[in-house]
Amino acid sequence: MAHYLEFEKPLAEIEGKAEELRAMARANAEMDVEKEAAALDKKAADMLRDLYKNLTPWRKCQVARHPERPHCKDYIEALFTDYTPLAGDRNFADDHAVMGGLARFNGAPVMVIGHEKGFDTQSRIERNFGMARPEGYRKAIRLMELADKFGIPVIALVDTPGAYPGKGAEERGQSEAIARSTQKCLQLKVPMVSIIIGEGGSGGAVGFAAGNRVAMLEHSVYSVISPEGCASILWKDAAKMREAAEALRLTAQDLLKLGVADRVISEPLGGAQRDPKAAIEAVSKAIEAMLKELSKKKPDALIKDRRQKFIDIGSKGLAA
Amino acid sequence: MNWISNYVRPTINSIFKRSDVPDNLWTKCPECGTMLFHRELSENQQVCSNCDHHMNITPRDRFAALFDGGIFTEVKVKDPISDPLQFRDQKKYPDRMRAAQKATGEKEAMLVAEGEIGRTSIVAAAQDFSFMAGSMGMYVGNAFIAGVERAIAKKCPFVMFSAAGGARMQEGILSLMQMPRTTVAIEMLREANLPYVVVLTHPTTGGVTASYAMLGDVQIAEPNALICFAGPRVIEQTIREKLPEGFQRAEYLLDHGMLDRVTDRRKMKDELVTILRMLGGLPPAVAGELPPPAGLDTEFVEEAPVSKTPATAAPKGAVADSQKSAKPVAAAAAKK
Repeated sequence: MAHYLEFEKPLAEIEGKAEELRAMARANAEMDVEKEAAALDKKAADMLRDLYKNLTPWRKCQVARHPERPHCKDYIEALFTDYTPLAGDRNFADDHAVMGGLARFNGAPVMVIGHEKGFDTQSRIERNFGMARPEGYRKAIRLMELADKFGIPVIALVDTPGAYPGKGAEERGQSEAIARSTQKCLQLKVPMVSIIIGEGGSGGAVGFAAGNRVAMLEHSVYSVISPEGCASILWKDAAKMREAAEALRLTAQDLLKLGVADRVISEPLGGAQRDPKAAIEAVSKAIEAMLKELSKKKPDALIKDRRQKFIDIGSKGLAA
Repeated sequence: MNWISNYVRPTINSIFKRSDVPDNLWTKCPECGTMLFHRELSENQQVCSNCDHHMNITPRDRFAALFDGGIFTEVKVKDPISDPLQFRDQKKYPDRMRAAQKATGEKEAMLVAEGEIGRTSIVAAAQDFSFMAGSMGMYVGNAFIAGVERAIAKKCPFVMFSAAGGARMQEGILSLMQMPRTTVAIEMLREANLPYVVVLTHPTTGGVTASYAMLGDVQIAEPNALICFAGPRVIEQTIREKLPEGFQRAEYLLDHGMLDRVTDRRKMKDELVTILRMLGGLPPAVAGELPPPAGLDTEFVEEAPVSKTPATAAPKGAVADSQKSAKPVAAAAAKK
């Protein structure tokens, strides 16, 4: 593990020590450290379990943004075959913050769209940190229309800090693009499932998340505003993001209670970044189950089902 | 300290103060600095008579000026669960709500009404920027849906006057969910083949712009209204450069193809009537201010929770106008 989060620092120390011991043993054949190293491993495993047993909302935000967490690209590569990226909005540009194209899921054609944040400095800049511009939403609309025309289910992977707040993005109608993208989701005659795999940042996420089913990974978050943004507005102090994260109720668990998320997908212990393969496998199972359930519905029923789902949201509070 | 300074003086002061002129008789235009007499300003729909600057107007005042004879009926809105997240920042959310209710005299940030404009039936909704920055929460979503449902039941257009700082943070994800919820309502209108016209007023931002405020069949804005997804300050911080003059203002959006029209508030009613009658396949309306609808019985007026009949209820040329209008209205009625 190369990257530890702030709250994982004690864990980093123990795991580091165990690693050091083993390195020493490799250098010196006579040394037997296995017993000590195993004890440290156990200590680390216990600590990991304790840390992740009750993550605070702010810690969840940190895990959701973890740089080594599997991103849209990782899911696409692992979940699908024949992935064929389709580019461009036919108006202005191709937005690299949004991936999308045709693919096969368990052999059947699907249309996949998703935000990609990038994995190193260069790719992050290229992907604009997963912050889509209007052309990204318009590309998504185009792909959804294509899917609709040929009766192909849509799978959306949501992972964005939010839509890009830039000059050009505003000039080209960021708000209109998001509004139309949400509207397109709600018009589809084909099944649509949305999965929040990391960060569901405000309106930029909604444009992809108005599906028949919305699933969230165990440590993903979905919020009207980032905890930092909320803290600086309501607390007049961006450092109060812990309190804001608490108040916003942005965890997958709270969103399930509120009826915004339909299911929570369990992550491996220590978060998806510790075992990306297991996380991707869990997502695969969830998509399979959701698509299977939706495949029985007729086009009209799919539209009705999706609309009713959103109209009903808010009818239960957290207390319920 | 004695009883004279503690009791007598304040009492005397208060007596004099009461006879004094209230200090809210004059409003200073924030744009040109002209002092405007409040009655004149309200007759001018909160538009500065000197520089045409459009100030914020409450939904009630807007509707009073918009609907024929100032008569409209409020559409009932389903109450959502209050404070669903038990949200608390430095203040509790219910306390903020009560403060806003006290300051505005309104229940929430959107008012929905039905009535006639230029003898054309409409349902209209307006956001109240003075109520928690017009922010979109569950009530606003319910109000929008109630307005759309009423428009569908009446088979008439729906007009939305937007004004908001965005989604209401205190309702967290549930406020964000009003984006798809209101969009579902717009889909219902579209399927019923009814016009949906948005009038964007200052300011319309965030999740409101990124949902119902940008999905109109016709998009009209008031002059100089700020219309954006991300606010100018956020953008300046992100791109670290100064934004051009007039950026994200109505005229700028018009230039960039994001709006159909920019229209002065005082001409908005006529313009809406013209557009809506064409979209609805009705004959042209008669120009000039019309008297209250002819078929209006007293029962209807009493039913209206808010009915304002301005002193100018019988405008110049009203008789001639109503005679002229008799035919088209009858024709419209026959068509129904």
